[in-house]
Amino acid sequence: MKASNDLWKERLAGRLPEALAEEIDVFETEIELRSQDSIDEKVFAETRLRRGVYGQRYDNGQRHNGVESKTLPYEEKLTKGPHTVWDAPGMQRIKIPYGGMTPEQLEVMADLAEEYSDGIAHVTTRQDIQLHFVHINDTPALMRRLAAVGITTREACGNSVRNVTGCPFMGVCPDEPFDATPYAHALTQFLLGHPDCQNFGRKFKPSVSGCAQHSCGLGMMHDVGLVAKTRVVDGEEQRGFQYLVGGGLGAVPRQAKVLDEFVVPEEILPITQAIARLFGRHGEKKTRSRARLKFLIEKWGMERFREEVFAERAKLPEDPRWTEYLAAIDANEEQPLKPPGEMPQLNGDARLNHWVQTNIREQRQPGYVTATVALPLGDITPNQLRDLADIAREFTRGTVRTTVEQNFVIRWVSKSDIPALYEALDRAGLAEPGASAVFDIVACPGTDTCKLGISSSRGLAAELRHRLVARTVELDQAVRDLHIKVSGCFNSCGQHHVADIGFYGISRTMQGYKVPHFQVVLGGQWEENAGSYGLPIVAVPSKRIPEALDRITDFYLRSRQSDERFPKFVARVGKAKIRQVLDDLTQNAPEHDADPDFYSDWADPRQYGIGDIGKGECAGEVVTQYEFEMTAAERLVFEAQIKLEEQEAQQAGELAYSAMVKSAKALVQLQYDDVTEEDPDEVVEEFRERFYDTELIFDPYAGSKFADYLFAAHEAAGRAFTLESARHFIEETQLFIEAVHSCYNRVREAGLAQSGAQA
Amino acid sequence: MTLQHVNVKLFFEGEPGVDLRRFIDLFHEWIVREALDELLIDVADYRHVPDGPAVLLVGHEADYAIDRTNGEIGLLYNRKAPLEGSNTDRFLQALRAAARACLMLESEVEGVRFSRSRFELLINDRALAPNTPESRAGFEAELTTFLRDVLGAGEFDLKGPDDARRRVGAVAELKSALDLERLPETA
Repeated sequence: MKASNDLWKERLAGRLPEALAEEIDVFETEIELRSQDSIDEKVFAETRLRRGVYGQRYDNGQRHNGVESKTLPYEEKLTKGPHTVWDAPGMQRIKIPYGGMTPEQLEVMADLAEEYSDGIAHVTTRQDIQLHFVHINDTPALMRRLAAVGITTREACGNSVRNVTGCPFMGVCPDEPFDATPYAHALTQFLLGHPDCQNFGRKFKPSVSGCAQHSCGLGMMHDVGLVAKTRVVDGEEQRGFQYLVGGGLGAVPRQAKVLDEFVVPEEILPITQAIARLFGRHGEKKTRSRARLKFLIEKWGMERFREEVFAERAKLPEDPRWTEYLAAIDANEEQPLKPPGEMPQLNGDARLNHWVQTNIREQRQPGYVTATVALPLGDITPNQLRDLADIAREFTRGTVRTTVEQNFVIRWVSKSDIPALYEALDRAGLAEPGASAVFDIVACPGTDTCKLGISSSRGLAAELRHRLVARTVELDQAVRDLHIKVSGCFNSCGQHHVADIGFYGISRTMQGYKVPHFQVVLGGQWEENAGSYGLPIVAVPSKRIPEALDRITDFYLRSRQSDERFPKFVARVGKAKIRQVLDDLTQNAPEHDADPDFYSDWADPRQYGIGDIGKGECAGEVVTQYEFEMTAAERLVFEAQIKLEEQEAQQAGELAYSAMVKSAKALVQLQYDDVTEEDPDEVVEEFRERFYDTELIFDPYAGSKFADYLFAAHEAAGRAFTLESARHFIEETQLFIEAVHSCYNRVREAGLAQSGAQA
Repeated sequence: MTLQHVNVKLFFEGEPGVDLRRFIDLFHEWIVREALDELLIDVADYRHVPDGPAVLLVGHEADYAIDRTNGEIGLLYNRKAPLEGSNTDRFLQALRAAARACLMLESEVEGVRFSRSRFELLINDRALAPNTPESRAGFEAELTTFLRDVLGAGEFDLKGPDDARRRVGAVAELKSALDLERLPETA
């Protein structure tokens, strides 16, 4: 949509890491191919999802206006996925590994939010940043600007390894045994684009925690959770990690289980790789609702899963990346800007005192603290992002991280700077007190922008926050300490299962009308890395949730024993009794005409309905590895044609050869998934043995002709191309690709595709 | 220089005198009524953030927002789709679209009144208009031509942003008020 998209490629040339530049070029070509209808929409959807380019509500071109569903009359009829209109705005998810950001990255994020989005950057519950209402044509330019400051959107969505989340206090927390940040970084780099992570049936979420007792890394609710710990061996302290697997929220939440109580650093990458391979090979592919790692573990049982993981680990070929980062593991430790300080005497400013009490945490390094910047609903404006960058530079060496509670944490603040920091944040509108307190409500996007949203989670969160902040002074400390989390549906992106009080959106019919409701979820535990999950006790109409919250907290304050914490209170009194307190709220809906507001959602005057719920892209389309590889091969041929047009014969020929090898590899991988295209000799040898010698590739009429193209090309690899020979070779490559497709269909029909079978 | 993606913000005279929630309801009505020439998609509620869009009417070609950026509330028109024509054509298009929305708000929401003598115009594209001295000078020359020759604005002051990280733009203070109902149709 931007007139300037081409300019950024030119302007940033040479400033992007090569791998990221190439990745974005590939995506841009895929956009071009999709615009010519040369890539199937289903494959393109997964392709864009793996770059974080996500769908958004109403992108099927339909919107219910409260009276009727209306077509949004976009002129462009092209789609960017099944039932997804090309021009409909979408969401760009941007991975922020373990939340770490520099001031320069904050500033770029500010610029992107202004120029491509709606002037808001949204911090997610997995420490990503999301921009909404983005046009797909703008995404390559947006990605290049991110890549220029070292950020990638690769694998931010889709059936891939998602952002590696990490405790934002790693490295400074008094309760951690050591700084787990470099291990989180190594895990991120190792898994990004790893060939063993490209064939999942669904997403795969890792996390790294600095300790077991706090909640900051949420290891218990991740597919893979690493929790830092130490042990003493022969009198020497050794670092390691408790290795958790199979956690997850969603409609069917599961607590993670311990794969191994202590994994040494040298083993964390290979074990994760082994798990990824098993998940890719044996994880569910057809039924998306059963396609997470937790279901594979459930199917096999933990014992078998453990055996399989270690057996797979034993088979892995040695990779130097597993350990080479360890040589300088503490070399990049963060440093403070200012000397350590003492906490100055605070003046009588009640708000400052409240902010210090809730937003400041001692670091394990004496004289330093962290300051949490609490963002309402995780939202921050471009001006605030720039102010935050300035503040991070003024008080620290730019050490800022996002958190799973949708906030920022500024690390390494000298204690003596606390009042000045507060003033600077206050000027930027970033000095909200109550971080991690009851006001700091976490909410997923819900019906605001999510295609799956059932009720307005952000609307409810904003309303509850507004009411609670107004009562700050009168709230009992026990209530202030509660965690509230809201999801727009059962999928739990708002993490309602691990809140003291959680809500998730549902729909009910009352008086013949649809009424937005929320299930009230109690019994969850935020601490101990999300140590237990709550259960829904009753569905309450959305507009009565504030009343429900008041009743629950009043009941808690009246009935708790001494300083009993909320989870223990719920366990002691039982959910049935708490439900009784709410029961009447579920009945006696007002007449529609007497109170139409009851039948609409928060901050949305439309008559409530569920007609806008679409098909989620969260899981992505299940696209096989074969489809991906062949799409890439076809893209390479297309690029070869472009080079030919540009009279670049040599590059055209080489691209065509890459396409040929890639398509051969796609076939080989049906039977042997360890083959790599970095080694064309191996690809061709495996291809010959598996498809030529068996005559599977033989065309019914042309026989071995197309396979012979491959062998001849491989024999002549490295040759010089003229324009004419390159043209002929491109034609041969296209014929070979067609032969591969035909072969694939025959192999599938014959049941000879056994992905994952060993050599 | 070619300038696209023109933003125009017309400031409220004083506070709007109405709860911002009213604009959420109204923007939803506009979608139902198809009240504007552009394709309108949805309404976003950002009243919880200071210094940014408070209530946003998302469109395909352009967004409209009740906006509090830099501490001043107004109606912001953000042109997203590129337009043909000259720079002054695009300035005029954005100003006319913003003015039309403001006049509708004035007629539909009691207590709302927009300034006729002060507005902001900026370029929401750092590739086309990086915030450099040359680019700022080029923009201000274009804006001056627009104000003087197209709007016949007489005397005016222009004030650009102090921070080079901000987008190229300026707040225009006119000595005489514009007639928002009778803006020129062409540049």
